[in-house]
Amino acid sequence: MVEKKEVFVQGNIACAEGALYAGCSFFAGYPITPSTEVAEHMSEELPKRGGAFIQMEDEIASSIAIQGAAWAGKKVMTVTSGPGLSLMMEHVGLAAFTETPCVFVDVQRGGPSTGLPTLPGQADMMQVKWGSHGDYEPIALAPNSPQECFDLMIKAFNLAEIYRVPVFFMMDEVVGHMTERVQIPPAEEIQVVERRWSSKPPGQYRPYEVGEDLVPDMVKAGDGYRIHITGLTHDERGYPAMNPTAHDRLVRRIHEKIRRHADALVDIREDGIEGAEVAVVSFGITSRVAAAAVELARQRGLKVGHLRLIITWPFPGRRIAEVARHVKGIVVPELNMGQVVLEVERAVAGRVPVHSVPHAGGTVHEPEVILEKILEAAR
Amino acid sequence: MSTDLYRWADQLQLGTDIDNPVMPFLRQDRIPHIWCPGCGIGTTVNCFARALTESGLDLDKVAIVSGIGCTGRVAGYMNLDSFHTTHGRAIPFATGLKLANPDLKVVVYSGDGDLFAIGGNHFIHAARRNMDIMVVCVNNFTYGMTGGQVAPTTPLGPSQTTMPYGNFEPSFNLPFLADACGAVYVARWTVYHVKQLAKAMQEGLKKKGFVFIEALSPCPTLYSRRNRLGDGVDQLKYYKEKSVQKNGVDTKELALGFQEEIIVGKFVDRERPTWLESMNEHFSRVLGTRYQPWGVTHAED
Ligand SMILES: Cc1ncc(C[n+]2csc(CCOP(=O)(O)OP(=O)(O)O)c2C)c(N)n1
Ligand code: SF4
Ligand SMILES: [Mg+2]
Repeated sequence: MVEKKEVFVQGNIACAEGALYAGCSFFAGYPITPSTEVAEHMSEELPKRGGAFIQMEDEIASSIAIQGAAWAGKKVMTVTSGPGLSLMMEHVGLAAFTETPCVFVDVQRGGPSTGLPTLPGQADMMQVKWGSHGDYEPIALAPNSPQECFDLMIKAFNLAEIYRVPVFFMMDEVVGHMTERVQIPPAEEIQVVERRWSSKPPGQYRPYEVGEDLVPDMVKAGDGYRIHITGLTHDERGYPAMNPTAHDRLVRRIHEKIRRHADALVDIREDGIEGAEVAVVSFGITSRVAAAAVELARQRGLKVGHLRLIITWPFPGRRIAEVARHVKGIVVPELNMGQVVLEVERAVAGRVPVHSVPHAGGTVHEPEVILEKILEAAR
Repeated sequence: MSTDLYRWADQLQLGTDIDNPVMPFLRQDRIPHIWCPGCGIGTTVNCFARALTESGLDLDKVAIVSGIGCTGRVAGYMNLDSFHTTHGRAIPFATGLKLANPDLKVVVYSGDGDLFAIGGNHFIHAARRNMDIMVVCVNNFTYGMTGGQVAPTTPLGPSQTTMPYGNFEPSFNLPFLADACGAVYVARWTVYHVKQLAKAMQEGLKKKGFVFIEALSPCPTLYSRRNRLGDGVDQLKYYKEKSVQKNGVDTKELALGFQEEIIVGKFVDRERPTWLESMNEHFSRVLGTRYQPWGVTHAED
């Protein structure tokens, strides 16, 4: 058996390595703290590992250059932080509507505006869910350690290929810059999903024809298919179709292709939910602080469960609703003024109180602050 | 207006006639097109189709990318791998497409507003990098798609819907801009000069590096009507009478005034390593065998 490779690296480097192991061979980006190390690592490694790197003139360009490369057949990504993410939004919609597989890494910092460039935040969660105009269903994952930056980045690429959607990788400054041990399995043990290439010949292939799973198969430019891809509402041929019927069909499908697979897209790390009086729901860096708070509460004899969301979008509402049936209250700490908690409230639908633990960012919570809410929820 | 010019202008229009030699280059299931009668965009497409024929390129390896606008619709009518992207961003999309598959000949086809207002930053950087793409700008001095607003190419004087008292903003001299940023091939023609425009496109398709072709084109529905310039044929007449060919002239001389002289011709034709060539050369030298050359076998031919 081939040994696992062990390295000590920061989350940003682990994220870049995860992308490389996932098969990313095209990177376009624009430097921004606290994400820059991802781009730097890609610029160093891609030339030696059969890929291409380009630093574009801005994030608008980066977020569409990767889509050009995706249509030439590559697995692609870009990386940014708040201000850059805002600039990328129009192209998130383009990727969603043209069903272009791509990964957007957001190493979150304190916002709004220039905010706190070197300090953490988790306040872009709703932006990635809703930020581009129009309706679409993105996927988002939230790692809480360098190891997860590696492992989940592979998952992020796989999901982008399986569902042909923009996938957001929601890191934050702390996860990005913390150095920890990362185990890298031998390449052959890493499960990598390849593109859903169409087996149809030119002439028979229609770019947006779908089967059971509602996700169309793909081809690439240069192979004789003479595809037309547009951000306008389009029909199965990919041709503009300027009417409400075509629009309804397409917009519904790009939602349905995610919603129909909602169960497969649940990824929650659960701890002690069985018999818990209180549940804590957290994600990303905050989940580490929340785990400490849960431990403190348990030391005081409380039965507290912890649900750590790995995939935040689509939101695992069904599971949260189930949990709500058995607990007295749910506590949701996050480094924002209360974003993911809105989805928790929606799922819980008033069955039990939901306690938000907001934090404007710049640092993580004090575990005691979360503990206090847990105690309140248990009363 | 001579009837000759009318008949001739008619022939230039992108027709729906099945015998038209341009038809094989079009997605016939998408015809009729959306362009107004007398619009010059179809004429440029006609020239482009001719250039494609003459170029002898394998059309499966030619991709066209457009932004948003009346001109932005060109990609959708060409029977090529074609991408209708977002407003102003055709060039960075094309950059990704080209870099990811250097085998492709990538053409960006878009309007003046798209390429030089919202997309101006991408243009200058792609030219600076000498990205191996051909950019065709249909310059109608206005934002056609949105109803005739002022553009960065609108000459001083004419009225636009958002310059109702006449334009007072200086405009870009596009060939000068392209030249200054490092384009290796720069030409300007009008839709009156169909042969020359087609030839320039043909040369552009053969050229390695950042190619810029400006095609002056009438927008009779908005720009001409608003400024009482007559119909499409009247604009052709203006192009015919006021154009002066000056190949190789200093691009500084190429500013355009309202209904004034138009200098046309090929102004720049030079060699410079493309971004991909530079990258491959540089990494091979610096990294030696550690470098895994990217698209190098194809980039050479
Ligand atoms: C981000 C964004 N802003 C504005 C628009 C609206 N819009 C569509 S086309 C266009 C201008 C097109 O002008 P030009 O590029 O000159 O093309 P033409 O229609 O003249 O061929 C504008 C402003 C848009 N589609 N997207
Ligand atoms: S509005 Fe002007 S540019 Fe647009 S199709 Fe009509 S004539 Fe052409
Ligand atoms: Mg225009």
